[in-house]
Amino acid sequence: MYWTLFKTFIKIGLVTFNGGYAMIPMIEADVVDKYKWIDKDEFVNLVAIAQSCPGVFAINISIFIGYKLKKISGAVCTAIATALPSFLIILLIAMLFHQFQDNKIVASIFAGIRPAVVALIAVPTFNLAKSANINISNCWIPTICAIAIWLLGVNPIWVIIAAGVGGFLYGKYIRPTE
Amino acid sequence: MIFIQLFIAFFEIGLFGFGGGYAMISLIQGMVVTRYHWLTVSEFTNAIAISQMTPGPIGINSATYCGYTAIRNAGFSEITGIFGSLTAAIAIILPSLVLMILISKMFMKYMDSPIIQDVFSGLRPAVVGLLAAATLLLMTPENFSTPSDPWTFWISIGLFIATFVGTKLVKINPLSMIGCTAFAGLLLLY
Repeated sequence: MYWTLFKTFIKIGLVTFNGGYAMIPMIEADVVDKYKWIDKDEFVNLVAIAQSCPGVFAINISIFIGYKLKKISGAVCTAIATALPSFLIILLIAMLFHQFQDNKIVASIFAGIRPAVVALIAVPTFNLAKSANINISNCWIPTICAIAIWLLGVNPIWVIIAAGVGGFLYGKYIRPTE
Repeated sequence: MIFIQLFIAFFEIGLFGFGGGYAMISLIQGMVVTRYHWLTVSEFTNAIAISQMTPGPIGINSATYCGYTAIRNAGFSEITGIFGSLTAAIAIILPSLVLMILISKMFMKYMDSPIIQDVFSGLRPAVVGLLAAATLLLMTPENFSTPSDPWTFWISIGLFIATFVGTKLVKINPLSMIGCTAFAGLLLLY
């Protein structure tokens, strides 16, 4: 059982690109359809909760499934399995890169990649703004958050805490009286 | 000492990392570059590039990479660097492990409660700001050069615009886009 869990989540950790949502159907195929560890409705529910929790989404969902099946040892097993392939691959690359980063060829390749990577973070900013329903009336929230971090050097964690508390206070005191 | 800082930094990142992998980039940047200066902006951008090019979640990838590089930049050996990456990776997973188990055990039914919904109504727009800040903080001379070196500067700007338009409007796969810009870099910036 542990071995099957481990194998399944190693595979999921290995094929996931960009941390994201492409792997949900893969996990579903194994966990729901093939092994029938949990049913489809519960899976959809777990995905929704894992998404709203802090931390790495892929890890969150694997911990949920591991815990559901084998309690704490199952959760540890699936968490390690999901992280292990990327950990080993990145460690290897980091070790190699540390030696070759001053090489002229490597440096020029990364000089070309870096502007692209900045663009690859700019694009989801706009996509997320759309899905979070950012409009004229609430665009001050992301603007203030971005300026606080970018120009004032505020740690993003404080912004997260302030936003969470702000949302709570708004819901408790302001919205009911509107 | 650096190991304790590394552990606490990535534990906090795991604990407050709402909003997915890209939002986490902002948190990692806040710790690794802004607060502790373990990596320079260009080293951090390289870390994100490598995290995107390899399989696995961005959070785990960049924690592993930054953990190793932080220790190596502090002057320690390769073996010590491996422990650095292990420290960062475990630290970023640990809050998830505790939280998900607690939620599974007792809080599952509260996840739809109005209070949680209110908190998220504040978090969602803030995460957009986090991503915007991460983008702006990476727009530095280290990544784009300066107008005093017009060749490198304008090529960098061009690659930025090409990638933005290519992935957002033309829907080119981000990985192929990275491949193209790598080739362009080798050809034009060598």
